[in-house]
Amino acid sequence: MIASSGVGSSWDELVSTALLGTGRRSSTTPEALLDAAALETVRRRAGLRPVVAAAPPEPALDDPRPALPAAARHRLAVLLTDRAGSGGTRRGSAPDLLELLPQWLATANGHGYAPPPELLPALLDAARGRTDLRPQVLTFAGPRALWLARLNGDWKFALRATPGAGAALPAPDDTEGVGRLWGEGLFAERVALLAAVRVHDPAAARALLAGTWRTERAEDRLMFLDSLRTGLGDADEEFLEQALGDRSRNVRATAAELLSALPRSALAARMADRALSCVALDRAAGVVVVEAPHECDAAMERDGVVAVPPTGRGERSWWFGQLVEAAPLDRWAARFGGRTPEEIVALEVADDWQGELHGAWCRAAVRQRDTAWSRALLGPPTAPGAAGPGAVSLAERAKLLAALPGAERAAWVAAFIAAHGLSEAFQLLGVCGTPWAPELGRAVVDALNIARDAGSYPWSFSGVMGLAERCLDPEEAVRLEGLTAAVDEPEGAAPGAGGYWAEAFQRLVGTLRLRRAMRDELAPPVAG
Amino acid sequence: MTQQGVRWTTDQVLALAPDVASRKAGSKLGTAGPWSGTGSTDEGAVWGQCKGSGSRPYLTVVDIGGAQGAAYKCSCPSRKFPCKHALGLLLLWAGGAAQVPGSAAAPDWAEEWLAGRREGAERQRAAPQGAPAAPADPEAARRRAERRAQRITAGATELEQRLTDLLRGGLAQAEQAGYGLWEETAARMVDAQAPGLAARVRDLGAIPGSGPGWPARLLEECALLHLLDRGWLRQAELPEELAATVRSRVGLPASATGEPLRDHWLILSQYDTSDGHLTTRRIWLYGTESGRTALLLSYGAAGRAPSLVLPPGLTLDASVSGRPGSLRAELTEQFGAPVAGGARPAGVDAGSALARYGDELRADPWLESWPVTLTGVVPAHDADGGGGWQLADADGKSALPLTPAATASPGLWRLVALSGGSPVTVFGDCGHAGFRPLSAWSGTPDAPLIPLTD
Repeated sequence: MIASSGVGSSWDELVSTALLGTGRRSSTTPEALLDAAALETVRRRAGLRPVVAAAPPEPALDDPRPALPAAARHRLAVLLTDRAGSGGTRRGSAPDLLELLPQWLATANGHGYAPPPELLPALLDAARGRTDLRPQVLTFAGPRALWLARLNGDWKFALRATPGAGAALPAPDDTEGVGRLWGEGLFAERVALLAAVRVHDPAAARALLAGTWRTERAEDRLMFLDSLRTGLGDADEEFLEQALGDRSRNVRATAAELLSALPRSALAARMADRALSCVALDRAAGVVVVEAPHECDAAMERDGVVAVPPTGRGERSWWFGQLVEAAPLDRWAARFGGRTPEEIVALEVADDWQGELHGAWCRAAVRQRDTAWSRALLGPPTAPGAAGPGAVSLAERAKLLAALPGAERAAWVAAFIAAHGLSEAFQLLGVCGTPWAPELGRAVVDALNIARDAGSYPWSFSGVMGLAERCLDPEEAVRLEGLTAAVDEPEGAAPGAGGYWAEAFQRLVGTLRLRRAMRDELAPPVAG
Repeated sequence: MTQQGVRWTTDQVLALAPDVASRKAGSKLGTAGPWSGTGSTDEGAVWGQCKGSGSRPYLTVVDIGGAQGAAYKCSCPSRKFPCKHALGLLLLWAGGAAQVPGSAAAPDWAEEWLAGRREGAERQRAAPQGAPAAPADPEAARRRAERRAQRITAGATELEQRLTDLLRGGLAQAEQAGYGLWEETAARMVDAQAPGLAARVRDLGAIPGSGPGWPARLLEECALLHLLDRGWLRQAELPEELAATVRSRVGLPASATGEPLRDHWLILSQYDTSDGHLTTRRIWLYGTESGRTALLLSYGAAGRAPSLVLPPGLTLDASVSGRPGSLRAELTEQFGAPVAGGARPAGVDAGSALARYGDELRADPWLESWPVTLTGVVPAHDADGGGGWQLADADGKSALPLTPAATASPGLWRLVALSGGSPVTVFGDCGHAGFRPLSAWSGTPDAPLIPLTD
C-alpha cells in the first residue's frame, strides 16, 4: 500500500472500533461508522502519494554487439517456448526445437550478436535447467544477464559459471592481487584463480602452487594438481616428479598420470624401460612374446603403478597393463626392429596376451594423442567389428578416432557404417565434426533407409535419428525429400512401421530445413 | 515487396493460444516441415495444408483482418480454439514471406470460407447500426426492468442489514465466521439479480485470510460496499452520471451509447484472466489521434480462447464506441488488419499518475485503478522496505510500488531485463494497491512494445 498523506489517528480509530464492534462502544452506530469509513477510504485513496524511491540499481554495462535481425529474434522466441521439454517421446513429425537451441546459440555467438533484453529471462531459465547450455547461453546473454543474475537468486549459476562475475578475480597478471587471493581466498576462489592464471601463464600458476604446496590439505592438493592438465608441458616435470613422493596416494597417482603424458619425462622413460623389458619379438616365429612383471616393487609404486588389482584380475597382467599404458609409444619401433605402428599391431601375440597389450596401447595412444598409433589400432573400418585389433571396445574406438584429422575420422565412420550398419555407430558418430561430411551423411541416410526396408521400427534408431537431425548438413534436405513419402511395408515388417518411418523422415527433413532457415536468418545483412 | 510490416511477431501469435499445451504444440508446427501450399493476402487471410499422422493433410485457414477479430477454420478434429495448426500456420506466417508468400490468391477451399465471412460482415454493416434492435414490447420491457430494480433494492437493503450486524458485533468475528457466511450472502445477491454486489461480497470472504492488516482492508471494502448500497437506494438524489456509475457497479448491463470514434488505435496490452469457467480477455487501446484510452472485453467459455484478438504493439484503424462512465468500449467497426507502427502515448511521472487516479475517484469512488503510462521510470528493488519492487522516477526521489501480484509474475523480470537499470516507459494500472505493469518499451525509436502479461 502506498503511503497516504495525513494518515490520521481517525482511520486507526475507525479500524479499532470496527474490530471490536460498535455494540461495545455506545458512542457510535454501525451506520455512522460505515459512513465515516467510506468517506475516509475514498479520501485516503484520492490523496495517495508516491513512496520514497529505493536506491536504483547500477545500470547494466553496455552491450556493444549488434542487435539480432528481426527474423532471428522471432526464431529465438519460438525455440524458447519449447524449453520445458516435451516428454521425451520422439514420435511425430515436428522438429524437436529445444535440441536446436545449442546450434542456434553457437551460430549467433559466431556472428557476435547481442540478445534482445526481454528474452534474457527465458534464456537464463533455459540454462538453469540444462547445464550443458550454460556456456553458450552466458556468452550470448552478455553483461546484462550477469546484471540480472545479481538481482534474482534463481540465476546465481550465471555468476558462478562466469569467472570474475562473483567475487571479482584479479587479472591474471596482477601479481599482488593474485598473491593475496591465493593466500586468503576460499577454496573455490583459489581453484578458479589457479585455473585462470594457468591459462594466462603456466609457469606462474606452477610457482603459485609450489609456494604453498606443503601446507595444503590432501584433497586440495589433488584438485590443484588437476588444474595443471591445462597447458601441461615439460617444464612441469620437476614439480610433478616431487609430487610422486606425496603423502597422499591419489596425489601420487595423478602426478604419475600427468608425467606419463609427457613422453620426454624421466618417469615416461622409466616406465618404457620396464614395459619394453616385458615384451619381445621372437624373430624365428615372428610372434610377440610377453613376460609380465613378477612383482610390483617400491619404485614402480612410486611411479604410479597400483599394486592391488581390481577383483577378478591377475596381478601380473594388471601391472603389465599399467606399464605399457604409461610408456611413450615412440619407443616401441626400436623394440620391434624399426617396424611402423601398423606392422607392430599386425604382429601375432603369443599366449592370449594380445587383448592386454593392444588395450594398453590404445590407452597410451589416447593419452599421448598419437595419430599414427591411433590409426593403426583402429584398423580398417570394414574389419569385422567385434574382432577388431585388440578387441578394442566402441568407447575406446571413439576415443582413438578423436586423435585423427576430421576428414579421416568422418571417412572412417562412414565406411564403418556402410559395413556394419547403425546399431554400433552412435558413439562413433558422436566424435565426428558437424555438420557431417557429405560421405558420412550419405552413409547414415543409406543405413537408415536399409533399416526401414528391413521392416524394423524407427525408434530402434532414435539416437542416430536425433543426431542426424542435428548434425546432417542442412543442404541434404533436398536429397532426402523422397524418403518422406509413406512406402508399402515390406513382407514381415513390424506393423505400422512404414508410417512411422515416413514420419521420422519428415521430422528429419523438417529439422534440416529449419536449421537452414535458422542459419540464413542469422547471416548478417550484406552491406550496400 | 516484403510484408514484414503487417506480419505479427511471435509473441503476438503465441498470445492467441488458449493454453500452455497449445502454445507448445503450435510452436512445433511453426516450421516449414509439415506445411505445403501456404499463402496469405494483404488483408490478413492466411492458409496452408499441414501434414499430420493421417493420409490427408489438414486444411487450415485463418482470417485476422475481419471486422470482429480473428477467425479460424481447420479440418482437424481438435476442440481447442484456435487449434495448434492455426497457431503453427500463423507462426510460420510471422516468420516472413520466405515461408508463407504474401499477396497470393486463396485456393478454392479457403476462398469459399473467406468469401462467406466477408458476406456476413457486409450484411452486418448493412444492417441499421443506430437502433440496437428495439424491444418488441416496450411496456413489457419497462415492467421487467422495474421488477429487477425492486429485487435489487430488496437485496441492497438486506446487505445493509448484514453489514451493520457485522460492524455491531465487530470485524473480529468475521475471522471466525470464515468463508461460508459470505458465500451465502453472495448467493442471495445473485438471487437479487445484482451480480456487481455478489462479486464484491464474495471478495470480502477472502480478506480475513489475506495476512497482516486485514481488518483495515475489510473495513475499507465493507465501507465501499455500504457506499454502493446507499448509492443504489438513493439514486434518485444523485447526479445522473454518478447514478449511471452506481447502476453499472451494482451489475445492471450498460450498452455502448457513445458516438463511435474512429481513430488509429495502438494496441497497448492484451491479457487473459480465467476463473475456470470463463476466460476474460482485456485489450487496452490508445487512440493515437484522440489520446483516448479504451478497454475492450472479450469472453471465451472453457477451453476456448476469446474470439477478439488484437496483438499488442500494432495499430488498428477502427471505430470504437464507449460506455458512459467507464473506459469500457466496444469495437464497432474495423477497417483492415492491424499494422505496425503508430505513436506511443506520452507518459507522466509517479506523482501525476496517482493524482490522475485520485481525480477519477470523484466520478467513480469504487475504482480500483486507472490506466496510465509512466515515462522515464527505473524498476528498482526496495530491499529495505519489505523486499518489493517499485518503479522509480528518473530523479530518484519518488516511486510507485508494484502490486504484490506484479512482483511475483514472470513479467517483472522481462521488465527488469528490458530496463537494465536505465529508464523505460511503462503502461499499466495505477491504483490504491500499487502499480501493475502491462507493457513497456525503451526510449529508442522503433523500440518494440514488450507485453509484460502472461
